Amino acid sequence: MKSLKIAALAAGVVALAAPAFADLVFPSMSYRTGPYAAGGIPYADGYQDYMTLINERDGGLGGEKLKVVECETGYNTQKGVECYESTKGQGALLYQPLSTGITYQLIPKVQSDQIPVLTMGYGRTSAANGAVFEYIFNFPANYWAGASGIVNHLLDINGGDIKGKSIALVYHNSAYGKEPIRTLEELSKKHGFTLTTLPVDHPGQEQKSQWLQIRRERPDYVLMWGWGVMNSVAIQEAANINFPMENFIGIWWSGSENDVRPAGAAANGYKAATFHNVGSDYPIFDDLKTYVFDKGLTAGAGDQVGTAIYNRGLYAAMMAVEGARKAQELAGHANITPQEMRDGLENLEITEALMDSLGMPNFGPSFKVSCGNHGGSGDVGIQQWDAASDTWKLISDFAPVDLEVIQPLIDADSAAYAAEAGITPRSCN
Amino acid sequence: MYYREAGDFKTSYRKDQQNFPIRFDRVHFWTMMVLAFAVIPFFINDYWANAVFVPFLIYAIATLGLNILTGYCGQVSLGSAGFMAVGAYASYKLMTSFPDLNFFVIVVLSGAITALVGTAFGLPSLRIKGFYLAVATLAAQFFLVWLFNKVPWFYNNSASGQISVPRRDMFGIAITGPEASAATKYLVCLAIVFVLGFIARNLTRGRIGRSWMAIRDMDFAAEIIGVDPLRAKLSAFAISSFFIGIAGSLFFTIYLGAVEVGEAFGIERSFLILFMVIIGGLGSIYGSFAGAAFLVLMPVLLKNALVGGLGWPSDVAAHLEFMIMGALIIFFLIVEPHGLARLWAVTKQKLRLWPFPY
Repeated sequence: MKSLKIAALAAGVVALAAPAFADLVFPSMSYRTGPYAAGGIPYADGYQDYMTLINERDGGLGGEKLKVVECETGYNTQKGVECYESTKGQGALLYQPLSTGITYQLIPKVQSDQIPVLTMGYGRTSAANGAVFEYIFNFPANYWAGASGIVNHLLDINGGDIKGKSIALVYHNSAYGKEPIRTLEELSKKHGFTLTTLPVDHPGQEQKSQWLQIRRERPDYVLMWGWGVMNSVAIQEAANINFPMENFIGIWWSGSENDVRPAGAAANGYKAATFHNVGSDYPIFDDLKTYVFDKGLTAGAGDQVGTAIYNRGLYAAMMAVEGARKAQELAGHANITPQEMRDGLENLEITEALMDSLGMPNFGPSFKVSCGNHGGSGDVGIQQWDAASDTWKLISDFAPVDLEVIQPLIDADSAAYAAEAGITPRSCN
Repeated sequence: MYYREAGDFKTSYRKDQQNFPIRFDRVHFWTMMVLAFAVIPFFINDYWANAVFVPFLIYAIATLGLNILTGYCGQVSLGSAGFMAVGAYASYKLMTSFPDLNFFVIVVLSGAITALVGTAFGLPSLRIKGFYLAVATLAAQFFLVWLFNKVPWFYNNSASGQISVPRRDMFGIAITGPEASAATKYLVCLAIVFVLGFIARNLTRGRIGRSWMAIRDMDFAAEIIGVDPLRAKLSAFAISSFFIGIAGSLFFTIYLGAVEVGEAFGIERSFLILFMVIIGGLGSIYGSFAGAAFLVLMPVLLKNALVGGLGWPSDVAAHLEFMIMGALIIFFLIVEPHGLARLWAVTKQKLRLWPFPY
């Protein structure tokens, strides 16, 4: 009973120590070190550059400056926990950890601390069910949408019939890599293809045996859920066994310049799913140049501008800022709390007109978030690498995915989570 | 002057055999315990608990466990993280299968299950020694991680292979799960560390501990004087795994709350625990705590000093952290190859003679 009193007292101390909120704080849980830095650096740069742009060009948001608190996680969950604990006291409005492992870590914590988390294209897919996951958002697309988007693309290029085709999935042997398996299994039943799964262990430099198996079995298509150094190794291995690159399709985390460049011309034709556009041919990059790069305020080395993952960081920051803008509008004051930020995200609507006005026309799909749907539209496009011009090209526009298959899976998985964690789903009417 | 046995008379065997025969040690130990149990819980917040105290206490248990095996019994093991994984998954399966089971019972049962697994993997130690045994335990590490990744039964068929801890209460307060307060987490770990530390200390200075040390120092000589190597080695494996299993269980239930086996219990974790043992001091209870403290606290301290104090970019700080940690480890091992425990022993020796050294 003593510990009860102590616990109560300690809780009181913590509550008293809550700090005053000065700026709108957006922690950036980045990883510029370790085996996943190739993906972590451009993302963190893009995220920070967008925030700097808003501060420099618009003087912040509603008169409040945006403050990015960077914390290095090294893609390591323990350091992620440390980062979360050290930044949440500073008035953090929104976390975007860029790591599925850390996201799983944070999901229960943020629900009790009431701070929203946005996991764009990663994290726990069933968090799309906002009735159960009140503080978690994963718009505009998730892994299951990605899996379905890729299969849709395969249907497209095969005239709608992939019966009897064989598909191999090369995946990072972690929560992240395992996510699409269940969806792909359902889709294989529906469309009649055979699925082989080939796990690759962290950090992913060793893939000889997996590719030996692919060379032996010659699947028609290879899908990849990889991250960091695993991607470039896989593409190199595929090139080594002369696997036709146009039949090798990665998820968006396996679709950056850093992944394909090491293989040189051999990587030509490699495809990847994406939920945002590629390249730097948008008005916003002119503003970035004027207000950020030319003033010497660039985050990092500044050599990542316009790359696929830099754009994703930019896109993530845009969502954060628009969510905060909506929150300010709803709350009627500029100095919003994390709870108000959550409301803002839940009422977020990204339209063509909005993206136009932000200087990012057709940068991503247009979608609407709601109480029941935290996952957005889930529209997925396909990009292809052109080695000669050293650029990604969007070869199929953002198209709807097979929600008939995905929605029941989301409902089942979120219901299982709710039962396990003792959550009563709120009603969304 | 203050630190000496002279004048501290013992009038019974009991007093003579107590854990801290010197009054100075005794007084300071109990002062520290009062501080730890009755003062820190009032001031602890989420950051201090989750980034400093809880990981330190959990690693201290794991280090104690490995120290029993490697430091006292001389059997090198590289499978510690694998055994921690056994503890963590045992807790998960027990918690989800028997929701009404008391949390402490679950922790002890997880330790017991790990002890069984550890004993099984300890069997080769009867045949092979040294580097070869290290390789055999390395196999255990990889096998266990592979197993928990491969068989969906261990993670209740969840889509991602992650295990998440369900909430468990005791006396109406949450012990595990996100609602558990910093003070509760800290106190639960501290209480378990206290009990296990007490057990380890007394095991190692008793008959079993002496049989381990005999095996460590020269196994066939020990056999000749009547120590049964089978019992000594397997008991060391069992008790060591019991400790490590409890550490793994707490690592999952109290500290992280959600883990995936490859990331949380990879080979790096095994090496980290081995480094804690080596830096702290082989064959020392105090050393286990010192080593765990050094390797848990230093990175946090460095990070806060470099990023928070000096305002350096987080990536530069992260790289520097590696270099400084490496340099410090080398420095300490050059200055004192027998670890921090030996450094402390030398200090005590000097204190005994102070102020009149000869």
